[in-house]
Amino acid sequence: MEAVDGNAIGGLLHEVLGTEMTDAATVCGGCGAARQVAELAVYLRAPGTVVRCRSCDSILMVFVKIHDTTCVDLLGLAALG
Amino acid sequence: MAGTALRRRLSWQVAKVRAETVETASVRTLTLDVPDWPGHQAGQHLDIRLTDEDGYVAERSYSIASAPGEPVAITVERLDDGEVSPYLTDELRAGDDLELRGPIGGYFVWEPENGGPLLLLAGGSGIVPLRSILRHRERTGSTVPVRLLYSSRTLNDVIYRAEFDQPASGVEVIHTLTRSQPPGWPGYARRVDAALLAEVAWPAAAMPLAYVCGPTSFVEVLSQALVQSGYPPERVKTERFGATGGT
Repeated sequence: MEAVDGNAIGGLLHEVLGTEMTDAATVCGGCGAARQVAELAVYLRAPGTVVRCRSCDSILMVFVKIHDTTCVDLLGLAALG
Repeated sequence: MAGTALRRRLSWQVAKVRAETVETASVRTLTLDVPDWPGHQAGQHLDIRLTDEDGYVAERSYSIASAPGEPVAITVERLDDGEVSPYLTDELRAGDDLELRGPIGGYFVWEPENGGPLLLLAGGSGIVPLRSILRHRERTGSTVPVRLLYSSRTLNDVIYRAEFDQPASGVEVIHTLTRSQPPGWPGYARRVDAALLAEVAWPAAAMPLAYVCGPTSFVEVLSQALVQSGYPPERVKTERFGATGGT
């Protein structure tokens, strides 16, 4: 499956975090690479939405939606915002 | 102003299709009446949600094709195995309802004060947000010079062709047709790569601002080529829509 990028989760992040996030800064918890959300690799068709670092491929964020509840895992990020 | 827009709650709402425009055999533009629309920036997108009779929900993102201040419009390419696009291109008619939320995105956007010169690189329906940027430039009276390099499979696949046949002052439109070309075709006839970019892109010394939108592989190759040719990474904005379309 081919990755898209963080532009594709702008709506999802706004829904979860309450603000526009595609231009927010991130730091990978694995390798320390700094990128804006829009530049991250996003897999939309995994079980849930999976966001990976473009440098080291670490998983940075996972979103799983069950009915109207979105479960959010941001543990792969050292920094966001 | 931006702060107000940023903190606005993003809610699903029901829009109405005002008009549909045939762009190519597989591409339609839908002009929408959106009751609660705060205005958008050039380059932003919106999310569409379709709900099946049994409750199955499919969501997709589509770039906004119109400039800020114009009625909201999206341009949709029909993907034969798609869950959403065939409904939008084949079933939906003027007067029908459509559920959406937006505008979304603060990264792949352009305002006149961001300046240029602008290098716009489009692969297929990746042209849509770039068209919004071009219309915004014209409507705001910006004189920022623009080069648009637009890759399509054939001449019949060129979206907004009539508009690009008569570009605004200061806008150069350079086409490449990768699959087949009409007799006497004056444009390029190959895939965009670093060599083609070297022929048409502004030199890095001009401090250009680049927007690259298209299939993932198109964006990967070209954004890397631009950075290698000296464009600062932060002046190369990218939007990837995967192998088979989408945004």
